[in-house]
Amino acid sequence: MNKAIMAAALILTASCAALSAANAQDKPETKPDKLKIGFVYVGPVGDFGWSYQHDQARQAIVKEFGDKVETTFLEKVSEGPDAERSIEQLARAGNKLIFATSFGYMDSVIKVAKKYPTVKFEHATGYKREPNVSTYAGRFYEGRTIEGTIAAKISKKGVIGYIGSFPVPEVISGINATMLAAQKINPNIKIKIVWVNSWFNPGKEADAAKALIDQGADVIMQHTDSAAAMQIANERGIHAFGQDSDMIKFGPKAQLTAIVNNWTPYYVSRVKAVMDGNWASQDVWEGLKDKMIEMAPYTNMPDDVKQLAADTEAGISAGTIKPFACPILDQEGKEVECKGGDHLDDGQIRGMNFYVKGIDDKIPGK
Amino acid sequence: MALVLERRSERSVAIALASPLLAIALTLVTMTVVFAALGQNPATALAVYFITPLTDGYSLQEIAVKASPLVMIAVGLALCYRANAWNIGAEGQLLIGAIAGSGLAVMTHGADPGPWLLPAMLLAGALAGAAYALIPALCKVKFGASEILVSLMLVYVAGLLLDYLVRGPWRDPAGFNFPTTAEFDSAATLPLLIAGSRVHAGLILTLVAVAAAAILLGRTLKGFEIRVVGTAPRAARFAGFNADRLVLTTFAISGALAGLAGLIEVAGPIGHLQPDISPGYGFTAIIVAFLGRLNPLGILASGLFVAMTFIGGEQAQIALKLPQDMTGVIQGILLFYVLACDSLILYRIRWRSLQRKALHGPL
Amino acid sequence: MGLFEAILLSIITASTPLLLAASGELIAERAGVLNLGVEGMMLIGAVCGFAGAWATGSTAIGALCGIVAGVALAALFALAAIGLAINQVAAGLALTILGTGLAGLIGAPLVGENIAAAPHLWLPGLTDLPLIGKLLFGQDAFVYLAIGLMVGIAYVLARTRTGLILRAVGDDPASAHALGYNVAAVRTLAVLFGGGCAGLAGAYLTLAYTPFYAPGMTAGRGWIALALVVFASWRPGRLVAGAALFGAVSILQLHAQAFGLGVPSQLMSALPYLATVVVLVLISRIRRGGSVAPAALGTTFVPER
Repeated sequence: MNKAIMAAALILTASCAALSAANAQDKPETKPDKLKIGFVYVGPVGDFGWSYQHDQARQAIVKEFGDKVETTFLEKVSEGPDAERSIEQLARAGNKLIFATSFGYMDSVIKVAKKYPTVKFEHATGYKREPNVSTYAGRFYEGRTIEGTIAAKISKKGVIGYIGSFPVPEVISGINATMLAAQKINPNIKIKIVWVNSWFNPGKEADAAKALIDQGADVIMQHTDSAAAMQIANERGIHAFGQDSDMIKFGPKAQLTAIVNNWTPYYVSRVKAVMDGNWASQDVWEGLKDKMIEMAPYTNMPDDVKQLAADTEAGISAGTIKPFACPILDQEGKEVECKGGDHLDDGQIRGMNFYVKGIDDKIPGK
Repeated sequence: MALVLERRSERSVAIALASPLLAIALTLVTMTVVFAALGQNPATALAVYFITPLTDGYSLQEIAVKASPLVMIAVGLALCYRANAWNIGAEGQLLIGAIAGSGLAVMTHGADPGPWLLPAMLLAGALAGAAYALIPALCKVKFGASEILVSLMLVYVAGLLLDYLVRGPWRDPAGFNFPTTAEFDSAATLPLLIAGSRVHAGLILTLVAVAAAAILLGRTLKGFEIRVVGTAPRAARFAGFNADRLVLTTFAISGALAGLAGLIEVAGPIGHLQPDISPGYGFTAIIVAFLGRLNPLGILASGLFVAMTFIGGEQAQIALKLPQDMTGVIQGILLFYVLACDSLILYRIRWRSLQRKALHGPL
Repeated sequence: MGLFEAILLSIITASTPLLLAASGELIAERAGVLNLGVEGMMLIGAVCGFAGAWATGSTAIGALCGIVAGVALAALFALAAIGLAINQVAAGLALTILGTGLAGLIGAPLVGENIAAAPHLWLPGLTDLPLIGKLLFGQDAFVYLAIGLMVGIAYVLARTRTGLILRAVGDDPASAHALGYNVAAVRTLAVLFGGGCAGLAGAYLTLAYTPFYAPGMTAGRGWIALALVVFASWRPGRLVAGAALFGAVSILQLHAQAFGLGVPSQLMSALPYLATVVVLVLISRIRRGGSVAPAALGTTFVPER
């Protein structure tokens, strides 16, 4: 026999023995009264964008509740065949509240929820619910109304460059809200849209920003997650808006403000609800008023624009300014049905699949 | 000093048996060091990766579900590689198979076309995968273009086609523009083998594929032809074996299996078509094929093993709060060790001092 | 700055990482080694390059760190695929898995950090020239480095003994060995060079392209570099043209959208790959018999003695 085999066999036996010993003595040490909370992220927690903001809220929960909770996250969970297993693993590991933070987990969440009726699920941006599945999302378009107002004031050329990820209603409604607000300031404002078909691809986002700037845009907006476009805007000496998180660090001279996804108040309230035993399935769509979205400080703009932005923000919070106030004309100039009285109702916004008048482009795939 | 390999005169059976053990042992040692450096208890950490997944029924089921596509694709690839035909585009063939089969499900959505639907989808998936695999094979046979590179290029094309379809023509009209087709009707989804689990009928097809490939390789003239063409091309030519035809055949088989695997994923665990249907199964399967030493039964084992590292990786994130990237590192290290140890089956390693054979010899 | 000039500038930036990574892979493949781990080496180069620049404030040190990291990972590949004669396809894929994981672990504390972008050349007078000024005299150091590298590679391959030996090892290792060349040593050096280039390409992303680090930020560029080498049929000159074409497609697709042209972006994105297949078939067909690819590409070589 060869020496190598002997050595291998020896090491293997020794390690196996050590492992099983460790396994035997290492039983869960968590106290039963601890609430275990699981999180599923689509990106790496360090994307500094969408998943990062959810993880900030997770950390806030730990801070708020300390020893009474134990949190766990699974990162980089693709929206494919693995999602269901990842979510179920969390449920099996004793997590009683699970936040699934990407739209693509929808069917997986519903399937796992049916199997684990005592576990509560929170699914971000989805629309399917169960007695133990809630959905929640931010009214990101409210932030776009403020950004559109600022952009129209700041832009000298009257051209806004918009980097889109995918033409889903969340993004389309953001573009429309921007346009409607900007038109109030400058009726001739133009918006150029580039889709990068990704939520996160720094290089491509940078290229898209350059293309938009080269074609005359002097204010850049994005519905993608990285800070690449902000850096380009800073380098080119124009302005831009941050997305998901405050990106002022990447564009100290460029950032006007940013839409900051602040999941903390909602997450904390849901954890409390589970602890108090009054958690119930619901559909929550919150915006500036409930601080699910917040605006980063208004910077790099004259005081009068700052004031206008702050007034707009206050107006939306108070409900006096409606981002989708009627009448709204579609691209052909036809008036859109006004289901919410004096504004579009939530269903119309959540399923939005048309551009408003003045946008000289076509929704891809439509 | 330089590393020198000497071909063994005959394959060492003892090493062949010991090599996987040695590889696992080396991985455990390396990871012990890594975990210790990270301040984790190495024994606990390794147990979570390699032992916990085997201790409960649920994890075992999930390992089987995860391994199924890997094994099915790898078995096809093994036939290719044995015949010296290098198909590395299984990922693309998987996607095309999924697209073709899903096309039937999308077109018949809500129409209840009867029990023929699912078999037709499986057939369409396999045929489309085979057809897509035949493109690089034909390029190779007709024009001498490298099949490695053509098959790799076609992966991206397939991915973009899928992307186009689910964001455009096949998008669920009631799905708020999200890039997915409508949920397949129950007639278009694979039945479950264990109610309440995710263990679906595709697993049986995988086992059938393993058995068929084992018989094909070991017991048939075609299998003999594959082995001869792969190991002794000159002898194969004298024996009258047509190497070109074999490239086409093995590519078609592996493409069909990859396409079938893709369709099974869509009609099984996922239930609709979407841009992300495969976390790189087609590429991981290449590694599974090599870990299984291009032997169908070996692949069954290696597929289960690789699947276990994925499950264990998730459990490590949950139990130890280790980052997901750690799983990649462990897999990478493990793969290198396994491949390196397998090299010992063919070669003897000698260290010799570096002299005369310098870079610049006479020319 | 005119639109045309601006587009050219963007194309150069987009092409540079592809060119850098592909030129290294070209050398490795010319020596007969197919290293599919380019994506992994680029990622590790990206994160180590960023870490170096972030810690020292120097782009040059960052670039050096990227190169060293790429070489280190390539050394592992060389040990496996050359030293131990492991199948190159399997070893390359394993390298990408390992590199991606390692990069994620190393980069975790660097997320959200910011560094100054690599400086651009500024020659008073010359850089201000209309149209060509910025194109020729206003790039960052990586761009000039990439072009210098290509010229050097073209010269070495075509005109020097080293190039001859490299090609001999890639086309017919058995004969090269019989002539007394150390095939393993030549291949190892070629692979290490490829790793250094891939690492530098990755560092370009985090130091110049988008000066921050984020996980997975190579976004498949390593795989595109592999396609590019084939597209260029292993010729340095064509590699430059190919990189420009691949870069141009990715940039023009965005401009077409901003103009409001309704071309499906997926079709545009698929074009380079389809073009690569067509080119591969065409060149193989024209030169049927005498293969364009290095004859021993992807095969392990262990001398019989």
